[in-house]
Amino acid sequence: MKQLTIISGKGGTGKTSITAAFASLAENAVFADCDVDAADLHLIFKPNIKKTMDFHGLKIASVNKEMCTECKKCYEHCRFDAIDGDINIIKESCEGCGVCEHVCPVNAITMINRDSGVSYISETRFGPMAHAMLKTAEEASGKLVTVVRNNVKTLAEEKKKDMILIDGPPGIGCPVIASISGVDLVLIVTEPTLSAIHDLERILGVAYHFKIPAVVCINKFDINLDNTKKIEQYCKSNNINIVGKLPYDNIVTDAMIHEKTVVEYSKGDFYNEIIKMWDKVNGRLKE
Amino acid sequence: MIISVASGKGGTGKTTVATNLALSIKNIQFIDCDVEEPNANIFFKAEINNSENVSVKIPEIDKEKCDYCGKCSEFCAYNALAVVTSNVLIFPELCHSCGGCELVCPNDAINWKERLIGKVEHGRTKRIDFYQGLLNVGEMQAIPVIKNLKKKVDKSKNVIIDVPPGTSCPVIESISGSDYCILVTEPTPFGLHDLKLAVEVVRHLNIPFGVVINRDGIGNNKVELYCQNENIPIILKIPERKKIAYLYSKGIAIVSESLEWHEMFGLVFNQIQEVVNK
Repeated sequence: MKQLTIISGKGGTGKTSITAAFASLAENAVFADCDVDAADLHLIFKPNIKKTMDFHGLKIASVNKEMCTECKKCYEHCRFDAIDGDINIIKESCEGCGVCEHVCPVNAITMINRDSGVSYISETRFGPMAHAMLKTAEEASGKLVTVVRNNVKTLAEEKKKDMILIDGPPGIGCPVIASISGVDLVLIVTEPTLSAIHDLERILGVAYHFKIPAVVCINKFDINLDNTKKIEQYCKSNNINIVGKLPYDNIVTDAMIHEKTVVEYSKGDFYNEIIKMWDKVNGRLKE
Repeated sequence: MIISVASGKGGTGKTTVATNLALSIKNIQFIDCDVEEPNANIFFKAEINNSENVSVKIPEIDKEKCDYCGKCSEFCAYNALAVVTSNVLIFPELCHSCGGCELVCPNDAINWKERLIGKVEHGRTKRIDFYQGLLNVGEMQAIPVIKNLKKKVDKSKNVIIDVPPGTSCPVIESISGSDYCILVTEPTPFGLHDLKLAVEVVRHLNIPFGVVINRDGIGNNKVELYCQNENIPIILKIPERKKIAYLYSKGIAIVSESLEWHEMFGLVFNQIQEVVNK
């Protein structure tokens, strides 16, 4: 079984649209949306949710005010400024370490579960899918990504699928690392803007750090051909394969509005480029 | 006054709005809190002349005192320590530096050492006092870098904060304490879906906010309808233009090429000031 994650460093370069297009072409795959912060793949996939599971991230401290003597030991020991001078827990700051519970001399503090989100197992017109929703203002998105990764792996084994296609989050931090750890290949979607090039270098650094092979797609390559050339040179000198160059085309937005993948929506130039890229990615995965 | 510029979805134009706004008003301090992928300085080109390391404290075991009782690993909520027969394994990227292991250790065998995870950089242009944070490649936790950056906030200035995408902890850390939040979106189904999430965040934090629609004209009118229904002011629309995308691709701010846009962003600032001073 092969695993491919689509990432970008910079947000909004077209990860989800490309993941969805690939889903239309994949014959025996399962899918995961690991952008648990701001998941969008379901807007195209229209999943039929089969199973919903609560996700508890880190725990949170809870103070029993009747028992509390306001000795302030917890306040003094908290490294996250999550307890104020009147011994109230600041939900957004608590990282669930349990130090306050430990230092409280009268056992007035207990660590309780916090509802941090939900994870889903769904059926879609392309095949089974694992996804999730982190509640807003919650922590531990990396942990929820790991839950989704485990769910999709189980799905693939149960349904005897030979490929896991993962839509990743933007950035280079915890949720990104959780989305790419142990996969066979990452496809990095970039665009010919100085911002995206800067971010491409950093995300390639992450892939390299974790020893995960990477290939690159230049989306909207025609908005600045000089920059496209720069990306090509950069990739060449670092021995990174460019598997696709997609033109700027409004059908990407139009397809999204019609809740379709670009492959389902239109059979033009863009479609042809996607097919070519899909073949190259598959070739690379089989190596 | 602190204005933060955020969006649920990445790539909607946060940095475009934040940098153009900064270049259109006076007395600016700019803080790029997107420490995973900071891009604002591509537009300012401030020369970085000061860099401070950001490090976190992680435990170190004094092998002479440790009797491998396992209390530290039992306590650690992040699985950053594991005790095996006669060794303690430490996983530094997982440690949150809470100090719990030291508290529970019966033998006082835990010391602390600094671990470098990123840096905070400072530079200045003619108009802008600029700060950015950088998380080192391969590191997990953006929060300590953002916390260090936020210490630089100078409330006597007009502070503009460029926020990372998403809705989770790094976003909250970046936005909290702001007087106003600009949410940037695009008029597409993905843009609308993620805007709704961002609205939840700013409402949760009780911060006044308004919406900027970027790439206006590409999708449909559902973002506008949503804002009308929810009584959310749309403070600016930036049309989809090849010229604007091209300038962005080259790292050039729109306002430095167009007086009209310079005035427009000035008006956006006046609107925000009125709301904040009410």
